[in-house]
Amino acid sequence: MSEVLIKIRGLKFSRGDRVIFNNVDMDIPRTGITAIMGPSGTGKTTLLKLIGGQLRPDAGSIEVDGQNIHQLKTRELYELRKRMGMLFQSGALLTDLSVFENVAYPIREHTKLNEAMVRQLVLLKLNAVGLRGAMDLSPAELSGGMARRVAMARAIALDPMMIMYDEPFTGQDPISMGVLVKLIKSLNDALNICSIVVSHDVYETMSIANYVYIISAGTVVEHGSPEDIHSSDSEWTRQFMEGLADGPVPFHFDAPPLFDDLFAVSERRRG
Amino acid sequence: MVNNLLDRIQALGHGTLAALSRLGRANVFLMAVFAGLSGMLMRPGLLVKQLFSVGVQTLIIIVVAGLFVGMVMALQAYYALVDFGAEDSVSVMVVLSLLRELGPVITALLFAGRAGSALTAEIGLMKATEQLSGMEMMAVNPVERVVAPRFLAGVISMPLLAAIFSAVGVMGGYLVAVQMLGLDSGAFWSQAQSKVELFEDLGNGMIKSLVFGFVVSWIAVFEGYDCIPTSEGLGQATTRTVVYGSLAILILDFVLTALMFSK
Repeated sequence: MSEVLIKIRGLKFSRGDRVIFNNVDMDIPRTGITAIMGPSGTGKTTLLKLIGGQLRPDAGSIEVDGQNIHQLKTRELYELRKRMGMLFQSGALLTDLSVFENVAYPIREHTKLNEAMVRQLVLLKLNAVGLRGAMDLSPAELSGGMARRVAMARAIALDPMMIMYDEPFTGQDPISMGVLVKLIKSLNDALNICSIVVSHDVYETMSIANYVYIISAGTVVEHGSPEDIHSSDSEWTRQFMEGLADGPVPFHFDAPPLFDDLFAVSERRRG
Repeated sequence: MVNNLLDRIQALGHGTLAALSRLGRANVFLMAVFAGLSGMLMRPGLLVKQLFSVGVQTLIIIVVAGLFVGMVMALQAYYALVDFGAEDSVSVMVVLSLLRELGPVITALLFAGRAGSALTAEIGLMKATEQLSGMEMMAVNPVERVVAPRFLAGVISMPLLAAIFSAVGVMGGYLVAVQMLGLDSGAFWSQAQSKVELFEDLGNGMIKSLVFGFVVSWIAVFEGYDCIPTSEGLGQATTRTVVYGSLAILILDFVLTALMFSK
C-alpha cells in the first residue's frame, strides 16, 4: 500500500478571472496530521472541496487512495466518500435532528445495523469527543465548539481512512480550542488515519502537525516538517509565521503613490 | 457614445446568456430530482413528513381563503343576477368559477406565498449552513434526501388543497346564498348539479392545479438549491420564488384555459 494517500499534480483552479491554484503539487501521507496553512482567501477550503470531489479542477489531477477523483462515476465517488470524513467550519450538523441522530445519520444511511448496534456505535463515538451527555440536545443548543465536536463524532462514525478539518479552530475560546487540538491529535493517533487540517492558526496547528504545507497566491510557497518551517529563511514564511504586518504580502492594498493620489484629488476639485 | 451603446449591447448579451444558463440549470436540476424520486420510494417517511409541512400546514390559510372567496362570489353573483330574476343560478356561477379558475389559481398563489417561499428558505438555509455539502461529503445525495421529497409533496398537495379550497368555497357560497340571502336550497344544489360536468369542469380544474403544483414546487426547490448562500442571496431567492411562481401560475392559467375550454 502506497505511503501517499492523496496525490495532487499540476492542480489549476480559478473562479472567474481570479486564479486560486496555479500548478499546485502535493503529497499527503496515509497516516499523520498534514497541515495546510495560508492567509485567508488563499483557497484552503476550496482545496478540501477539490479533494472531496465537490469542485472540479481546470487542469491537473487529484488522486485519493490511487483513484483519480474527478474521473470517477457518481456512484464510485460516493463509495469513496464513505471512507472520507469532513469537518466543516460551521459543523454542518442537520438542524432538524438531535445530536444522537446526527451522529447516527451516516451509519443509518450506509449500513444495515440494527438499532441496538447503532446506539452503541453512536454512544462510543460521542464518548470519544466527550459529548455523550449531550446526545438528546438539538444542534441549536450547542456552542460552536461543541457543534464541531459532534461533527467530529459524525465524521468518524463510519471509521474513515481520512478526515479533513476545515478551519477547526476559528472563532473558538482558548478552552474549546485546546479541546479541539487535543481531540484532533488523539483521534488521529487512535485511529491511525490521515488528518488534513486547513487552518491559519499557526501555533495550534504547528503543535500537532507532522507535515506542513504553506500556500499563498495560488502556489505552495513552503513545505516540510514543523521544524523545517520554523527554521525557514523564506521571507514569505517568516511573515506568515510571525504575523508581520508588512512583507511580501504588503500592508498597503495596490494603489498609486500617495502623492499622485492627493494631487489627483486637488486637480479634480480645481477642474 | 459608441462605447455606451456597445456596453448596453454587451450587458443585454450577458443578461440573456445568464437567463438561458439558469433555465438550463433548472432543467438539469429537474432531471436530477426525477432521478431522486426513485430512491425516495425506499424512504416513504421522508415524503410523509414533507406532506405534513407542505400540505397540512397550508390547510388553514386555504380553508379560510376558500370560505371567504366563495362567500364573496355568491354575493357578487346574486347582485348581478337578481336584476334579471336569475338569482337561482348563483350556485352555477359560484361552483363553475371555483372549480375552473379560482380554486386552482388562488390555491396555487397562496401555496407559492406560504409553502413555496418556506421551501426555498429551508433549502437555501441548508445550503448556506453547509448542510447540503455535509450530506454530499457523507456520500448522501441531498437532491434525493432533501429536494425530491419536498418537490413531490408539493405536487401531491396542490390538487388536494385546490379541491378543499373549492369545496369550502361552495359551502361559503351556500351560506351566503341560502342562509343569508334566502335562496332555495334545493334550487341551489340542483342548478349546480345540472351545469357542472365531471371531466370538463372538475377534471380540468384538477389538471390545472396539478400543473401549478409541479411548476411552483419546481421553482421553489430550484431557487433554494441554486441561491447564493448569503442572507441577501437567500432573501432574493425567496422573493423570486413568489414572483416567478405567481407569474408562472397566471400565465399558465391562460394557456391551459385556452387549451381546455376552447369550443
